[in-house]
Amino acid sequence: MASEAGEGSTAGMDDYETLISTTDVELLKRAWRNEKAAPEILRFETSLIQRIRGQIQLMEENIEEFAGSGIDPLTVSLYQMDLDRTQYLFRSYLRIRLQKIEKYMFHISKNPEVQSRLSEQEKGFARRCADDMERHLEESVLSKLPDNYQDIVKQSIISEESDMIPEPQLDSFVVCKSRRFLGPFQLDGSDELLEMKPDELCIIHYKSIRERVQEGDIDLV
Amino acid sequence: MAGQSDPQLSLFSAEEVEFIAEDEMVEIVPNLRMDALNFVCGDFGPFFPQLATQVPLWLAVALKKRGKCTIRPPQWMSVEKLTQVLEAERDSQRVFEQLPFHYVEISRLLFDHARDDIPDVYMVRSLIEDIRDVRFHKVETNLESLNERAFALKINNLSAMEVNIVRPFVGRALQAFYKHDSPDLIPDQDRVSDRRPQVANNATRRHLRR
Repeated sequence: MASEAGEGSTAGMDDYETLISTTDVELLKRAWRNEKAAPEILRFETSLIQRIRGQIQLMEENIEEFAGSGIDPLTVSLYQMDLDRTQYLFRSYLRIRLQKIEKYMFHISKNPEVQSRLSEQEKGFARRCADDMERHLEESVLSKLPDNYQDIVKQSIISEESDMIPEPQLDSFVVCKSRRFLGPFQLDGSDELLEMKPDELCIIHYKSIRERVQEGDIDLV
Repeated sequence: MAGQSDPQLSLFSAEEVEFIAEDEMVEIVPNLRMDALNFVCGDFGPFFPQLATQVPLWLAVALKKRGKCTIRPPQWMSVEKLTQVLEAERDSQRVFEQLPFHYVEISRLLFDHARDDIPDVYMVRSLIEDIRDVRFHKVETNLESLNERAFALKINNLSAMEVNIVRPFVGRALQAFYKHDSPDLIPDQDRVSDRRPQVANNATRRHLRR
């Protein structure tokens, strides 16, 4: 029942082996940790979530069968514990993303690149959130302000850009660990080069390691 | 319910760090016969009486609570090893000893649920508490030496719980340094006398420990 992430056809040899031996739950845990620690919303792991959802459903059905068929209650309760743990990760992953969407809803609606990182349902949620919030602010506050200040994203009509949108703080510091040797790369905002060995803890600007987190080379802790 | 921890305190709550630690493998000796368990997170067993096997910590604790196994404490949790680690920690000002990333959580769970499986449990417990104190004190003193804008900080061998406790402070401190110590800021001429003399800290600019 522990199915593996078997799409390793394009990866190198030892990456392939890592993929073969990593369970979906391990991948979900990694995605959950990264999502929790990252200041911005990361790319939605569509296929992973789909697989996990399928496995959870299968497991739920199995447990019902077990409970009915007289398998000893110890085993049933252990299966239930495993299911609970997986469900916790699954739900927490989705919720942390929803939290970020709520926080940055206007930023997301103005930013197609960020939108591409959401799942279809999340996009719908973000849109509805932004619409509702806009309507609420207009009705309760903005329509009562003087004419020049009624825009929802600009402080006043003389602002050149939308300066009232909260944006994720990409230069906050995060703790991270590399999974393999990373050759010297440039840190954002400085000329210094940094290299990372596997399993070395590093506190660094999120901006500097953004792409590597997406690619899976660095894990946030 | 998968509630979210308060991000103001720390990104991960202590319980969440423990949750992550519960997936670490430990060795158990079951006292019952059980078929293989095909969990979502992996396959374990089959279990035979008196035959040691590796399972995740959460499973070991669950079985232990029901009296179905004994847990073998990991290698590093012996009085000799821990005394060595404690000596080494006390000897050095900046270096942290190599300990399992989740040593705090693992030892806590084992003390709570498998006390009778640990030889010299009181000694082990007090050693681990001393190690925690010494390490944390070291973290604090080393953090005091942060006095300029750093782009990255490397800390070796810190454990998960220590990282989690220190994270909000270090994050905000580094952020503040970054913002206020920026070379783009025009220094205010009148306030030059306020500034503390910057100690020339060339080598330690990027590394917390060498």
